[in-house]
Amino acid sequence: MSDFPILSLVTFLPLVGALAILIIRGDDEVVARNARATALWTSLITFFLSLMLWTGFDRKSAAFQFVEKNPWIESFGINYHMGVDGISVLFVLLSTLLTPICVLASWDAIKVRVREYMIAFLVLETLMVGMFCALDFVLFYIFFEGVLIPMFLIIGVWGGQRRVYAAFKFFLYTLTGSVLMLLAILAIYLHAGTTDLPTLLKYALPSNIQYWLWLAFFASFAVKVPMWPVHTWLPDAHVEAPTAGSVILAGVLLKMGAYGFLRFSVPMLPVATDFFTPMVFTLSIIAVIYTSLVALVQLDMKKLIAYSSVAHMGFVTLGIFTLNQQGVTGAIYQMLSHGIVSAALFLCVGVIYDRMHTREIARYGGLAERMPVYAFFFMVFMLASVGLPGTSGFVGEILVLVGLFQVSTWAATLAATGVILGAAYMLWLYRRVIFGKLTKDDLKSIMDMNRREVAVFTPLLVLTILMGVYPGPFLEIIEVSVANLVDQHKSAMAAVEALSVVGR
Amino acid sequence: MIYVLAIFLPLVGATIAGLFGPWLKDKGAQIVTCGGMLLSAIFSLIILNEVAVNHQPQTIQIFSWIISGGFEVDWALRFDTLTAVMMVVVTVVSCAVHFYSIGYMHHDPSVPRFFAYLSLFTFFMLMLVTSDNFLQLFFGWEGVGLASYLLIGFWYEKPSANAAAIKAFLVNRVGDFGFALGILGVFLLYGSVDFDTVFNATPGKAAATMEFLGGQYHALTVLCLLLFIGAMGKSAQLGLHTWLPDAMEGPTPVSALIHAATMVTAGVFMVARLSPMFEFAPFALNVVCVVGASTAFFAATVGLVQNDIKRVIAYSTCSQLGYMFFACGVSAYAAGIFHLFTHAFFKALLFLGAGSVIHAMSSEQDMRNMGGIWRLIPLTYTMMWIGSLALAGLPFFAGFYSKDMILESAYAANSGVGDYAFWMGMAAAIMTAFYSWRLLFMTFHGEPRADEKTMAHVHESPKVMTIPLIVLALGALFAGYVGYDAFVGDGMNAFWGKAILVLPTNTAIVDAHHVPLWVKVGPIVVGLIGIALAYYMYIARTDLPAKVAAKFWKIYLFLYNKWYFDELYDRLFVRPAKYLGQGLWKEGDGTMIDGMGPDGITAVVRNLAGRASQLQSGYVYHYAFAMLIGVAGLVTLYLYTHG
Repeated sequence: MSDFPILSLVTFLPLVGALAILIIRGDDEVVARNARATALWTSLITFFLSLMLWTGFDRKSAAFQFVEKNPWIESFGINYHMGVDGISVLFVLLSTLLTPICVLASWDAIKVRVREYMIAFLVLETLMVGMFCALDFVLFYIFFEGVLIPMFLIIGVWGGQRRVYAAFKFFLYTLTGSVLMLLAILAIYLHAGTTDLPTLLKYALPSNIQYWLWLAFFASFAVKVPMWPVHTWLPDAHVEAPTAGSVILAGVLLKMGAYGFLRFSVPMLPVATDFFTPMVFTLSIIAVIYTSLVALVQLDMKKLIAYSSVAHMGFVTLGIFTLNQQGVTGAIYQMLSHGIVSAALFLCVGVIYDRMHTREIARYGGLAERMPVYAFFFMVFMLASVGLPGTSGFVGEILVLVGLFQVSTWAATLAATGVILGAAYMLWLYRRVIFGKLTKDDLKSIMDMNRREVAVFTPLLVLTILMGVYPGPFLEIIEVSVANLVDQHKSAMAAVEALSVVGR
Repeated sequence: MIYVLAIFLPLVGATIAGLFGPWLKDKGAQIVTCGGMLLSAIFSLIILNEVAVNHQPQTIQIFSWIISGGFEVDWALRFDTLTAVMMVVVTVVSCAVHFYSIGYMHHDPSVPRFFAYLSLFTFFMLMLVTSDNFLQLFFGWEGVGLASYLLIGFWYEKPSANAAAIKAFLVNRVGDFGFALGILGVFLLYGSVDFDTVFNATPGKAAATMEFLGGQYHALTVLCLLLFIGAMGKSAQLGLHTWLPDAMEGPTPVSALIHAATMVTAGVFMVARLSPMFEFAPFALNVVCVVGASTAFFAATVGLVQNDIKRVIAYSTCSQLGYMFFACGVSAYAAGIFHLFTHAFFKALLFLGAGSVIHAMSSEQDMRNMGGIWRLIPLTYTMMWIGSLALAGLPFFAGFYSKDMILESAYAANSGVGDYAFWMGMAAAIMTAFYSWRLLFMTFHGEPRADEKTMAHVHESPKVMTIPLIVLALGALFAGYVGYDAFVGDGMNAFWGKAILVLPTNTAIVDAHHVPLWVKVGPIVVGLIGIALAYYMYIARTDLPAKVAAKFWKIYLFLYNKWYFDELYDRLFVRPAKYLGQGLWKEGDGTMIDGMGPDGITAVVRNLAGRASQLQSGYVYHYAFAMLIGVAGLVTLYLYTHG
C-alpha cells in the first residue's frame, strides 16, 4: 500500500485526461461532446481515487503520509517529494470534488472552445492537487504559480465583457506577491541548504531574518487569501470569470494563501508570526466588517458573494493566527466549508445566469414561484453562508470565535459583528432574487433546475448538512496535525524566550 | 424511546412534507405533520408525568457534535422538570395550531410548505428546550429563528412580509451576537459548555473575574449579561422588541404558535435554565428585572392605541414577557415559568380567536372596520372573552394565579428593583385590562363598520378550527388552578427538583405567599378599573377616544408610533450601514486601493511601456515588463542588503 503512488496518480491523472482531449479529432460538435465526456470521466475517476486518501489516512499521526520521494534536480538537492498531513489532505479532496462539479456546471454554459476549456480545467486540477501535496519548496512554487496560468486563461478567454481588465488585475496582484515569495525561498535555501519541507519544518531560522521572510511570504499569501486591502482583484475576477471559474476560484484558489500561512509562515517563522499577529488581526477584522458593509450595497450577485468571500476568509486568517487548537482547526474547517458553500453559491448564480444572462440583482425577483427547487437549494447554501447552526458554516465560525475569544475578547467581539452583517447582506440578496412578486415578463417562463443541475447541487447540499451536524470525521483528520502545529509553535516560542533570558 | 420520538417526529413530518409535498398533496402533508405532532404531544404528556411527577429526570446522549482540543460538545437530550413543562407547552400548542391551520390555510396554494415549516419550527423548539449544553441551545435558538423567518415571510409575494421576516432574523441576530459571546466566555471561564459541568462549577467561580474588552469585571455578571442580550432578542424585550409587532405579517396561526406561546418565551426559559448562574450574578438579575418591568410597561402603553387586532395582541405578548422576566429578576423563576405556562394557553387562544375573526371578516385586521359581529360568531366571541379574562388576571382564570404570583413576588422581594417592577407591573395591569376590552368592544360590539358584502359573509369557523380553540380555552380556564400548587405552591420544591436553583437568601417566591392583602387584591382591582374604563370609552361614550387623542395628540402620536424606536434604529444603524458600505466600496476600494494600486500602476506601466516600445502594446507584454522590473528591483535590493 505504501508503495502505491496514490498522490502522484491523483495529481497527474487529470493531466493525462487533458492530453487525451488534446488528441481528439473531428468536427467541432464531436470534439466538444467528447471533450466534455472525457473531462467528466477523468475528474470523476480522479475523485474516486482520491477517496483512498480518506480511507487510508492515519488519523492518529501528525506525520506526512502517502509520502513519495524521488531525486529530481540532484545538483541542488531538490527532490520530487509529495505527501499529505491532516492540514492538507482535505484540501486535496475538496479540489478533486469540485472539479467534476465544475465540468458538469459548464456542460451547456460553455459553447466556444470547449476542448481548450476542459483542458484548462484538468490542468488546473493537476496543479491544485500538486500544490497541496508538494513537500519541496521548488515543487510547491511551480504548482503554486502554475495555478495562475489556467485560471488566467479561463477568465481571460471565457470571461465576461471586462475579462481582460479582470484577468490583468488578477495576474498583476498575484504576481507581485509571488516574486517576493520566490526571493524568500531563495533566501531560505541559501541559509538552510535545502528546499525539503519536512527538513525545513524542523530547522530553526534566526529570528532577525524571520521578519523579512515572513513579510515576503505574507505579500504572496495575503493577496491570495485575499486580505484587506489587497482584495480588490477578487470581485472583478469573480464577476468576469465563467461560473465554473468562480467556483474553483472561491472553492480552492482562495485557500492557497491560508494554506501557505499554515504550511510555511506559522511553523517555519514562529517568532515573526508572533510579532505580526496583531497586524493580521487588525487587517482581518477590517476585512470582516469593511467587506460585509460593501457587500450590503452590491448590485451584482457575483460581486456580493465575492465580497462575502473576503469576509469569510477574514475569519480564516483570524483563526490561523490565534495559534490555538480551536482557532486553527476552526480556520481549516471554515475553509473547507467555504470551499463548498461559496462554490455552491456561485453555482446558484450560474443557474439563473445561464437562463437570463445577467447577474444584476434588480433584474430578478419572485423566482420562488417558478423555481421552487432552486429556491430550496439556494436557501440552504445561503443559510450555510450565514453560519446557521446545523450547517457547515457554523462549525468553523464558532471554533474560530472560541479560539479567538481566548486570545483577545476585542477581536472576538468585533469579528462576531460580521455574523450580523453577514446575515443582513445574504438575506437581503435572497429576498430580492427569490422572494417578492414575479412581475418581470422575461422571468415568467423561466424553468426550474433540470436533473443535471440537481445532480450538481445534491452532493454539495449533503456535505453542507453533514459537515454541520456530524463534523466528527472531518475534525478527527484535522485534529492531530493541528495539535502538532500548535505545540511546535509553543515550544519554539518557549525556546526563543529561554534564549533571550540567557542572553540577558 | 418515546423521549427521542417526541422530539424527532416533528422533524420527520417536516422533512416528508417539505421534500415530497408536491406528491403528497395538501392532504398527505397534513396527515404526516399533524399525526406526528399529535403523537409528539401525547409523548410529551407522558414525559411530564415521568420526569416531573415521578421525579425521574434523565439525559440521553446521541452522538458527539464538535470535538476540538478541550472544546467538546455533544448532541444530547436533557429531560428535567423545566424541559418537560416546556415540551408540554410547545407540543400541545403546536398540535392545536397544526389542526387549526388545516381550516385556516385551506385556501392557500402552498399548504405542504406551510405545514413543513410549522413542524420544522416545533422540532427546533424541542431541541432548544431539551438541550444539554450551551451550543445545542444555540442550535435550537437559531433554528427557531430560521423557522420564524420562513413563516413570517411565508407569503413571500408581500413586500411587507419579506421586510418583517428579515427584520426578525436580523434583530434576533443582534441578540444572538451577545448570546454567542456569552458562550465563548463560558468556555473560557469553565473550559466546558456542558450545563452540568458549568452549573456544578459555578459556586466556585462566584468571585472570579475575567478580562472583557479591556477591563476586569466580575465574570458571572459579564457572562449573564451577554447571555441575557440573547434572551432579550428572542423574547422581544425593550430595545430589541421591534421585530415582534412586524412579525404579525405572518399567517395568524404562526403568530399564535411562535410569536405568543413558544419561541418568544425561549428567553425566559433560558434565564430559568441558567438560574444556577444568574443566582450568583445579582447585578445581572437586577438588570433582568428592570428590563422586564420596563418592557411590561412600555409595551402596554403602545398596545393602548394600536388599531390592528393582531398588533394589539402582539404588544400584549411583549408586555407579558416583561412580567416573566421581572419575575426571574427577583429570583422567582418558578413564577415566571408558571406564567409562561398559563400565558401560552390564553395567548394562543387570543391569537387563534383573532384569526377566527379575521377569517370571518374576509381577512380584515383593522378593528376600526369591525364591530357588531358578536351575535354572528358567538363561539369565537366566547373564546375571546375567556382569553381576555385570563390575560387580565381576573379570579380563577389561569392568568390570575400566575400574574398575581409574579406581582406578589416582586413586592416580596423588598428591593429597589423589586418595587420598581411591582409598580410598573401594576400600571401595566390596568392598561392590559383596558386594551383587552377595547379590543373586545371594538371588534365585536357597537355598530358594524365593515361594508355589507363583508358583513354578509361573516360566519363561524369550521370545527377543525374551533375545537383547537376549545382545547386552548380549557387550558386558559384551568391551567392556573391545576398547576398552582406544583409550580409555585407547597409542592414547588419537589416539583422542580434540581431544574431551577434559587439561593436560600433569595426568598421572594416564598415570601410572596405572605404579602399584605392589598397586594393580593390590587391586581384584580386595577383589572376591573381597566375594564370599566374601556367600557366607558368604547361603549358608553364612543366620542371620547377621538377627543382624548386630539387633546393629548403628542402623547398619542408618540404611543401610536411605538415610541419611535423604528425611526431611531433606521437613523442609527440601517442608513449609516448602507452609507458606509457605499462609501467604502466606491471610495475605499475604487479610489483609494485600486487607484493607488493596480490601476495606478497599470497607468504608469502603460506609459513606460509605450515609451519603451512603440511596436508592442499587448497586455501580456506589459506583464512581462512589470515582472522584469519587479524581479530586477528585488534582486538588487536583496544583493544590496546581503551583499
